[in-house]
Amino acid sequence: MAEIDKSGQSAMIDQADERRHIIRQGLGRRRRNEAIFRSLGLAAALSAFGFVVVLFGNIVASGLPAFWQVNIETEVTFDPEVVNIEERPVLQPGQSVAEYRREDLAWQRRVSLANWNALIEAAIRQHAPDSDVDTRSILSIVDPNARFVLRDMVIENPGIVGETVPIRLLGSANADNWIKGTIDRSLPDHRQQLSPEARALADALHEEGVMRMRFASHLFTNVDSRVAPASAGLAGAFMGSLYMMLIVIVLAVPIGVASAIYLEEFAPQNRLTDLIEVNINNLAAVPSIVFGLLGAAVFINVFGLPLSAPLAGGLVLTLMTLPTIIIATRSSLRAVPPSLRQAALGLGASHTQMVFHHVLPVTYPGILTASILGVAQALGETAPLLLIGMNAFVANIPTSPLDQSTALPVQIFLWQGNENRNFFEPRTFATIIVLLGLMLSLNALAIYLRSRFEKRK
Amino acid sequence: MSRRALAGPPQNTNRFAMHDVLSRTKPISADTRIRITARDVNVFYGATQAIRTISMDIPDCAVTAFIGPSGCGKSTFLRCFNRMNDTIEGARVEGRIEIDGEDIYTPDLDVVELRARIGMVFQKPNPFPKSIFDNVAYGPRIHGLVRTRGETEEVVERSLQRAGLWKEVKDRLHEPGTGLSGGQQQRLCIARAIAVGPEVILMDEPCSALDPIATAVIEELIDELRTNYTIVLVTHSMQQAARVSQKTAFFHLGKLIEYGDTEQVFTRPAERQTEDYISGKIG
Repeated sequence: MAEIDKSGQSAMIDQADERRHIIRQGLGRRRRNEAIFRSLGLAAALSAFGFVVVLFGNIVASGLPAFWQVNIETEVTFDPEVVNIEERPVLQPGQSVAEYRREDLAWQRRVSLANWNALIEAAIRQHAPDSDVDTRSILSIVDPNARFVLRDMVIENPGIVGETVPIRLLGSANADNWIKGTIDRSLPDHRQQLSPEARALADALHEEGVMRMRFASHLFTNVDSRVAPASAGLAGAFMGSLYMMLIVIVLAVPIGVASAIYLEEFAPQNRLTDLIEVNINNLAAVPSIVFGLLGAAVFINVFGLPLSAPLAGGLVLTLMTLPTIIIATRSSLRAVPPSLRQAALGLGASHTQMVFHHVLPVTYPGILTASILGVAQALGETAPLLLIGMNAFVANIPTSPLDQSTALPVQIFLWQGNENRNFFEPRTFATIIVLLGLMLSLNALAIYLRSRFEKRK
Repeated sequence: MSRRALAGPPQNTNRFAMHDVLSRTKPISADTRIRITARDVNVFYGATQAIRTISMDIPDCAVTAFIGPSGCGKSTFLRCFNRMNDTIEGARVEGRIEIDGEDIYTPDLDVVELRARIGMVFQKPNPFPKSIFDNVAYGPRIHGLVRTRGETEEVVERSLQRAGLWKEVKDRLHEPGTGLSGGQQQRLCIARAIAVGPEVILMDEPCSALDPIATAVIEELIDELRTNYTIVLVTHSMQQAARVSQKTAFFHLGKLIEYGDTEQVFTRPAERQTEDYISGKIG
């Protein structure tokens, strides 16, 4: 008996040893698999990070130079011979305001007709080493808008005539290219944008320090311009985007959140709500350009909203954003633990009280994220806006959502197709930086609000 | 009834000590008022029947314990009393349940009013993610039972005192209720339930997520609350049923197998299945 026991015992020990051996062998394999999987994951994360770094690095590196532009700092003499204008009319006693306005406008028109370019030419010629540079070449290195700058100075302050004042004028886009080197300097004359004289003059001015790089603040204050690309800015597109964003926030967020709450918390389960649900999910997958077509057909043709207006654009983007907000809000509502609902119902809270007192407060962060996601998506959308005419050239800053306007992503689209590629490529990237900046600040706001909501909990 | 069930620490109890525990509980007097009557109650979840034709009378001012193995329908039956089954998709209740002679499944009864009369404490402590004060004040506020700040404070203090939590939290009423320990959270939930002034308190395994010491505190509280409320307690622990209840109902596979005075059910079960369960043969 004892003998058998002993042999049985040793057999058991053998078995245990064998089991341990098998487990140890398997363990090695499992650890190897784990290591392989982890390194694959790490590689994936690193490559994703690498792509982002390359992308952002490229955007920033290409876009940053556009924030500095060539300026000409010189002195302009408002020669009374050239700017030969009479006194600005003042309101006479007995004269009607309308009459005065008419006279004043006529005066302004006469002022505009003065040969402002002559003043600019004279101002630059004083720095020119050889005096026989032709007028065209001199004017080709100055932004065509410069003459309006001078005119506005005189309209603002007619007393300036006859005086010599220091002034900063924008260089032309081609001069900017030449100084920055965004155009190949070794290209033969017939392929250069500036005449050899103009190029020599630009180099000389640059050397003298008359022509120098300055921060291009006009990028944020001016609107798009075709005749004077150097002074073109983003203000119109920025305001257009801002108006559309406001419309999306005001319309899509409340409608989206309310319909998500209704569908998730109150709607009966029947054919109709199933149909609505399926349709909302499908809407999220509809290509954005289709929404643009719908907007053109419905908002502009049927409802007669103005073409190219942020109102129409905002409505189209609202339609496009709704499914995103609804789906994300519903999933955050669904994530509320049932115990919280039961606690409220068990106390005798009505269904509505349960939703508004307990469920919604814990989903605020989720709803906020959903809204921001939707709005950010809308902010970057281009295709539907093209179809409702927001790619039109608009030279005014819109003062209301009914004015014609363009939008930042559309401005990117427009500028990247501009024929002066050398000048507009960096500007396209600069616009991307502005758009990204707007989105990042929107996200930062969302994160800030979220952390505040979470703290309150 | 001056008798108190001394809630000993549960870890010291085992089946052999059951008689010892039971010796402290006496059956309730026969003339006790019946608070809840259930007649031929069937509950279905979709096609499956969870409760099979149960009839039962639940007395006032006593603790009635529901015991039975997992999935036997005891929680489902409990949730019929405040119509919490209504909130479950596909659940259907048949039969008649009356509280104080009033049918609670008539179409013209407002569930909100019913739930104000019947408090519920859940298995997992589920305080609202709000302050301790707001947790307790919520019920009275939504039912319009308090009008002024002073009244609210009074109700909150009284409820927390009844739940034996006042001393521990009186200096931090405005801290979140979720920051309390598990046992404190469960007492907060009890305070929250009694703040509304219910007539019946339903407890669905209120101690299953708590450690033995917290359990003992809650059991003592349940015994104190018995003097004013009708308490229905679902529990997995037979010792707990024996310690705090006066009536015990044993459920198995959706059927009510046995229902009687706790002492009788635990010492002289009439049914074979009950005996098997109590002695650990099934479960």
